[in-house]
Amino acid sequence: MDPIIRVENITYTYPDAPGPALDGVSLDILPGTFTAVLGPNGSGKSTLAKHLNAILTPASGRVLVDGMDTAGEADLLAIRRRVGMVFQNPDNQIVANVVEDDVAFAPENLGVEPGEIRRRVDAALTQVGMYELRLHAPHLLSGGQKQRVAIAGVLAMEPEVLVLDEPTAMLDPRGRREVLDAVEALRREQGVAVVLITHHMDEAVRADRVVVMDRGRVALDGTPEAVFSRRLELRALSLDLPDAAELLARLRDGGMDLPAGALTPEACAAAIKEALA
Amino acid sequence: MLKDITLGQYFPGDTPVHRLDPRTKLVLTLVYIVAIFLVGSWGGYALAAAALAAVTALAHIQPKALIKGLKPLIFIIVFTAVLNLFFTPGEDYLFRWKFIKITWTGLDRAAAMVLRVLLLVAGTFLLTYTTSPLAITDGLERLLSPLKKLHVPVYELSLMMCIALRFIPLLIEETDRIMSAQKARGADLETGTLAQRAKALLPLLIPLFVSSFRRADELATAMECRCYNGGQGRTRMKQLHLSVRDGIAFVLGAAFVAGVIVLRRLGI
Repeated sequence: MDPIIRVENITYTYPDAPGPALDGVSLDILPGTFTAVLGPNGSGKSTLAKHLNAILTPASGRVLVDGMDTAGEADLLAIRRRVGMVFQNPDNQIVANVVEDDVAFAPENLGVEPGEIRRRVDAALTQVGMYELRLHAPHLLSGGQKQRVAIAGVLAMEPEVLVLDEPTAMLDPRGRREVLDAVEALRREQGVAVVLITHHMDEAVRADRVVVMDRGRVALDGTPEAVFSRRLELRALSLDLPDAAELLARLRDGGMDLPAGALTPEACAAAIKEALA
Repeated sequence: MLKDITLGQYFPGDTPVHRLDPRTKLVLTLVYIVAIFLVGSWGGYALAAAALAAVTALAHIQPKALIKGLKPLIFIIVFTAVLNLFFTPGEDYLFRWKFIKITWTGLDRAAAMVLRVLLLVAGTFLLTYTTSPLAITDGLERLLSPLKKLHVPVYELSLMMCIALRFIPLLIEETDRIMSAQKARGADLETGTLAQRAKALLPLLIPLFVSSFRRADELATAMECRCYNGGQGRTRMKQLHLSVRDGIAFVLGAAFVAGVIVLRRLGI
């Protein structure tokens, strides 16, 4: 399968910054996959995300979206339509004063025909479970609801990849769950590839692939099981294990004979039950 | 106190007033404003008040919401009343004590001016209460679209207006938050001379400005991510169509203006 996004050895330095934010990153995103990107603050996670839809263009190397180079001005809209991006603060992404008008913003920009916009807006709002609130004012919604509106606003472009830059950082636990469930449903039902940039290890567990960034490079890359088995390397980057894996690791340190690789509470419970049996 | 500002607030609904084309509402609001200035008799004010009450009821807007919106204007209203009450020349004294004199003409005029201000402001509030800001800007954009030929960036202006309105509640929230934070550090925003209080506002305004610029930056990026590239080639989900309803509204509006003029002529 051809990757939908191909990142080839890119570097990027912010103006006036002492060192590069990205220092030779290569990464392929396959259609329909769920990739989590982890890393301490300043590791280049967000900078990488901004390269995926041509908000930033690399100083060297290149990024190809569906074969189109992001450095080319001509394909800009085609690239951004394919790679939707959602940021941390939902308040700063919502343009309009009514939920459905906001969701219509992107297809309107793309010059989609009015009847088709209506269909896309309704579909996008239904997908994130916000259809009932389509006539509400955004500032009266909860954080989780606002963030789902922001996701719907991107979905209305019918993107092939959804890049989420710490979408749950400003939300309470309930809002977090709402957003993650919506994202997971999208991937399952619509086959949208997801790139989730996050600080929460428990969110990364849901991914098919975990990429750990450190000082502008990819430090670890693999399945969640593979990445979260490297406890010491993660700790060196001041990253924790997911709660379940951390519990098992500590029990193992304490002398219990437990297998590695359980990342969810369910798998953790099963492993402990087996060890006690 | 800051939370009470309902200016630019929209109360979603599905009434005949809400469903009117925004262009109709904009034009009729303009007509209403002109008509208020044409009113020359108490009968005319009664007619305008009745029209306002009828539209308010039809739009299912709580009278409380209108009154709440008028509250911040209390200073202007009192000022208008006092000015007219005491400084209208005339001989038909109602009350006279040294240099203070109140005339019947003055009372009449003060009451008329206050009514005029109230009716004007309440009328424009009805527009913003029943029309989403996006619809207002949309309507304005279309009403002004002939100016595009003169290279006036009509779409960009309407988008700017829309975003400004969208961020009002956010900025109010933020101001409240910064105020609490500064008060928690001992800032005194409520006492002292005017100069002292103005100075005390600085630690409030600077963080507000900084965060607004940050917000603007993030919003611009988010808009780029959603393929914003100016007004060229843009379509609209909601097409505006004038319907029978708008025709009826225009007829009623014309009847209202005619009524005001007739009452003025008759002096009722």
